Amino acid sequence: MNGLYPISVTVNGRTHQREIEPRLLLSDFLRHELGLTGTHVGCEHGVCGACTVLFDGQPVRSCILLAVQADGHEITTVEALASGPDQLHPLQQAFWECHGLQCGFCTPGFLMTLVPFLEENPDPSEAEIRQAISGNLCRCTGYQHIVDAVKLAAERRRQSMG
Amino acid sequence: MKPAPFDYQAPASLEAALDLLARRGGEAKVLAGGQSLIPVMNFRLAEPALLVDINKLTELDFVRRGEDGGLRIGGLTRQRRLERDPLVAEAAPLLHEAVPFIAHPQIRNRGTLGGSLAHADPAAELPALAVALRARLRLQRAGGERWVDAKDFFAGLFTTALEPDELLVEVAIPPPPPRTGWAFMEVARRHGDYAQVGIATLVTLDEGGRCREARLVYLSVGDAPVEAREAARLLNGEEISPQVIAAAAEKASQDEMRPNGDIHATAAFKRHLARVLTGRALRRAVERARDGRAAA
Repeated sequence: MNGLYPISVTVNGRTHQREIEPRLLLSDFLRHELGLTGTHVGCEHGVCGACTVLFDGQPVRSCILLAVQADGHEITTVEALASGPDQLHPLQQAFWECHGLQCGFCTPGFLMTLVPFLEENPDPSEAEIRQAISGNLCRCTGYQHIVDAVKLAAERRRQSMG
Repeated sequence: MKPAPFDYQAPASLEAALDLLARRGGEAKVLAGGQSLIPVMNFRLAEPALLVDINKLTELDFVRRGEDGGLRIGGLTRQRRLERDPLVAEAAPLLHEAVPFIAHPQIRNRGTLGGSLAHADPAAELPALAVALRARLRLQRAGGERWVDAKDFFAGLFTTALEPDELLVEVAIPPPPPRTGWAFMEVARRHGDYAQVGIATLVTLDEGGRCREARLVYLSVGDAPVEAREAARLLNGEEISPQVIAAAAEKASQDEMRPNGDIHATAAFKRHLARVLTGRALRRAVERARDGRAAA
């Protein structure tokens, strides 16, 4: 009991090796061990979606995964979206322009849910967008501006791909 | 909101996992997708001494055609795969239709078939589907195994026939008889939330177009999946008419379930939902059964 467990996890392209307690949640590993505080922790029981990250490219909730389960896997967090400190990912840009955030607490989770969604659904309907974000809670925007942002990002994405 | 300390083992083979469960199953919980287990551990409603992580047992992640023409699905198969695998859509269209109602994509990417069945949440979709589909579950232990029918597997609230040393390794779903239609429907306050009421329906017609067999299985109206057998009997042998459907919906919702009310839905409202959903689901299933007959 309480032993440490060695893991090797690739986060945003960099491999990290640590010895951790098995009970450490992936969300806490990212924030406390790696200092990647862009992943937010809201409800800590898998309801609010704020902690969504990509696990081998697929969105998952990092607060209901143990860090030991990420051993040997690739994690992508919101920090990996923009290409540089002064840059925004096109979806972030659209959120900014459409007022898709106010306090911003839920935003990383929305972004990490929506990036893979737009890759799979380049031209989503409003109903599909609303269904895609149904696992993410936002208490500020009323969702309308988030939906607008997704539509804008999708439209630009399609244009850029010609 | 953090789990209490526990021992962690991630066996690399099924044999090692079963051996571990044989020795320490009584104090252990099996970690599959963890989408229900980790939240209850975060709340410290569960404090297992040992967590047996089966995620390395990739041999339990499969979807294939059974010898009977049905489906064989491994216990560790992710719900997202059930949603997307064309074989599931073809061989178990009821399952294919229902999986998108399970929580959210973030959850389905991790959550597994076996995990959901073993957790036995009465508000979950997969237990009700397993009963409706007449699924059989293979429970393996060190040195042996047994098959259990889904209807005998669910013993009550979060309670199943699984013994502490057993692992749910495989689910077998028989092929639907010809002229079978299906429908899955539920009402939730928000897509992906726990359903207030849900229904899994299968209707098989005979060559003359009468109902040969109907199955009506509900979620969120009792301690386990609730099958309305009396209501189904009202349909068997009958020409499906609006009157027969209404009688079955009435029977199922009034006599064959005892839903508990909660802050979102009173018991009476749940019965109302069950009655309306039964009618809708039966009409859709019969329509599909007739389409199938026309196509055959």
